[in-house]
Amino acid sequence: MKKVIVGMGTCGLSAGARQTYERFSELLSENPGVFELAHTSCIGMCYREPLVEIREGEDRILYGEVTPELADEIYQSHIARGKILEDHVALHLGKGGAAKGSESEFYSLQNKIVLRNCGTIDPESIDEYEEKGGYRAIRKVLEEMEPAEIIGVIKESGLRGRGGAGFPTGLKWSFAAGYDSEIKYVVCNADEGDPGAFMDRSVLEGDPHSVLEGMVICARAIGASSGYIYCRAEYPLAIHRLTIAIGDAREKGYLGENILGSGFSFDIEIKQGAGAFVCGEETALFASIEGQRGMPRIRPPFPAEKGLWGKPTNNNNVETYANVPWIITNGADAYSAFGTEKSRGTKVFALAGKVVHGGLAEVPMGTSIHDLVFKIGGGIKEGREFKAVQMGGPSGGCIPAHLDHTPVDFESIPATGAIMGSGGMVVLDDKTCMVEIARFFLEFTQEESCGKCTFCRIGTLRMLEILTKITKGEGEPEDIEKLLVLGEQIKESSLCGLGQTAPNPVLSTIRYYRDEYEAHINDKKCPAGSCSALVDFLIDPEKCTGCTICAKNCPVDAITGKAKEVHVIDGSICVKCGKCITSCNFDAVYKK
Amino acid sequence: MAVHKEENFSYRLWRYDGAPGELIPLLQSAQDHFGYIPRKAISYISGVTGIPESDIYGVITFYSQFRLRPMGKYVIKACAGTACHVSDSKTIIETIEDELGIEVGGTTEDGLFTLNTVACIGCCSLAPVIMINDDTHGRLTPASLRKLLRSYKRREKSSQGDKSAA
Ligand SMILES: Cc1cc2nc3c(=O)[nH]c(=O)nc-3n(C[C@H](O)[C@H](O)[C@H](O)COP(=O)(O)O)c2cc1C
Ligand code: FES
Repeated sequence: MKKVIVGMGTCGLSAGARQTYERFSELLSENPGVFELAHTSCIGMCYREPLVEIREGEDRILYGEVTPELADEIYQSHIARGKILEDHVALHLGKGGAAKGSESEFYSLQNKIVLRNCGTIDPESIDEYEEKGGYRAIRKVLEEMEPAEIIGVIKESGLRGRGGAGFPTGLKWSFAAGYDSEIKYVVCNADEGDPGAFMDRSVLEGDPHSVLEGMVICARAIGASSGYIYCRAEYPLAIHRLTIAIGDAREKGYLGENILGSGFSFDIEIKQGAGAFVCGEETALFASIEGQRGMPRIRPPFPAEKGLWGKPTNNNNVETYANVPWIITNGADAYSAFGTEKSRGTKVFALAGKVVHGGLAEVPMGTSIHDLVFKIGGGIKEGREFKAVQMGGPSGGCIPAHLDHTPVDFESIPATGAIMGSGGMVVLDDKTCMVEIARFFLEFTQEESCGKCTFCRIGTLRMLEILTKITKGEGEPEDIEKLLVLGEQIKESSLCGLGQTAPNPVLSTIRYYRDEYEAHINDKKCPAGSCSALVDFLIDPEKCTGCTICAKNCPVDAITGKAKEVHVIDGSICVKCGKCITSCNFDAVYKK
Repeated sequence: MAVHKEENFSYRLWRYDGAPGELIPLLQSAQDHFGYIPRKAISYISGVTGIPESDIYGVITFYSQFRLRPMGKYVIKACAGTACHVSDSKTIIETIEDELGIEVGGTTEDGLFTLNTVACIGCCSLAPVIMINDDTHGRLTPASLRKLLRSYKRREKSSQGDKSAA
């Protein structure tokens, strides 16, 4: 029988997946027993949501942009008469695995380890996870492996932390294993603070058991008895699915007392974050779990010695844990066969911004930025020019288009002045102003600085003031030098990674786009045509209906025109406040 | 979306056994219950846990999730994340401010709308994005946004009309 599977991750739901699901559900009650209806999470093609898969045996056909109306058509044609609606097929995965359909390139260039089950199984069903080989790794470590052997396999696989810094995971585990203590903790960092990154959310929504299984294996390796998942409160669906997964795993004996009769006990609790970026930093995260203000602590002592509640603690990122069961089941060699010499395995990237295919892609480490943006990402929206990618969010930097041959791995990306970060990749086009993007990130870190270190608290504010001045056309020639000096000082004198990396977006844009800074400062021009104070406001005569609303809203009477006739802005009077853009009901006003 | 229905505010307070680390979950359930954290709730929590009110206040103001004032019936979360920012979310936010006559963080006088910003809703491919309560709206322009907000206002007006007619 055909199975209809609706993608219901956050991205699917916001594109209307619930209405689509309901339509199929009505169709099913009108035609009982004709097909099966199920749901799954995100398969990564967020740009084609809502996605609906029609599965029959090994044959999988995914339709994109399925509205309730298209659901009717799919039912009448594909389900009832076996006739595929080729025009709407995003992906066709046949027997033998070859992919066809409009999105086959997006799919075929990927290697899915972390996302192995995302968009394929029902994340609320532990049975489906087990059918895909889930929880076999726990059985293996409990029945056949000594803790030291587990750490050995993880070391050999070459797995490095996916939370940003890329610290070797096996080595980290061996530190925590080395301290003697009755009580030890395993913590999973699901705070995902980088705005523009959503890999961890997708894993938690799409395959929560893989993270739980990874944590149990870690607990066994280091000898821990309790664990926490610290998840941001902005991810209600992820928390909901994790809660279900933990309940089901306890019931089946994979969590709790005496796991699978081995005598080993370990349990996991969810802690919700409360909206503070710095709580992604591990020592601040511990403070937050302990119920305090999330302020970072001085290291050493490192978490492996004194972490949560002062006990030896191992903290890893969501994606790091999700890799672990796969490595245990398939072996270290199978994992290290992917990637580059120093960065093994795969990495999930969240593609967003001005790229055609916004979504999630998991590729072997070492794939070039060009392949990610153009082959998987489908190039730049509206056929515009590719300018740069921003990686690593507020701690990262911009990599310009001429370096797009750079392979993504833990060595090559930092060499450009950006960082790998957690995998957010925001694609920028020629309309993005690099000074403005630097200002944007600094505003973010400035706001999120916890205030403990003077340089981070006040230095970032000074930098932000300078950048704001430049984008308003009030910059002075010595400003660039000031930014460079302040940036170096903040990097050197901050306690935690937030301050140590906060100047990166500024330093990297000055490095590659100094001419844009100079154009703002010396010529009072924004080459990208983005900074309001430095551009002209114009009215598109094609779109203007002469409704007069912009003229009424203009505080300086710079707009003239008769009712029902095209209006004009007088640039010599205009103060560039933007009121005309926000008040126009026809999107007729633009900046140039 | 409340995750544990049984873990409501009074139940959590009653169950409190002195275990450390309970303060933030207590505050979260208070906010779930009241929609914000009222003065009284701070005193209750302090009374039960023995944590000084000043410390509780310090924790509340550290985390952006917590509110000390009531919120509107519709809470608008305008995304100011990276992907939305490069799709000109600034104009979107200014349009909401203009249409509703409030600033970010404010609530309209009739108590209908509160406007907040958030860093990434996780629907970056639909940028620029806003959420109104639990519903996400993407690919917005100033014009489509005004239409959307006006449809909420109209709905409220007509439901109030219904009430006064009845
Ligand atoms: C300001 C700041 C924010 C961070 N945010 C996150 C985050 O959201 N998620 C994450 O996994 N790690 C984050 N980290 C890194 C963590 O401190 C830690 O290194 C990481 O969780 C370790 O896991 P891994 O070894 O698996 O990468 C952040 C670090 C800093 C300094
Ligand atoms: S940046 Fe707006 S949804 Fe991600």
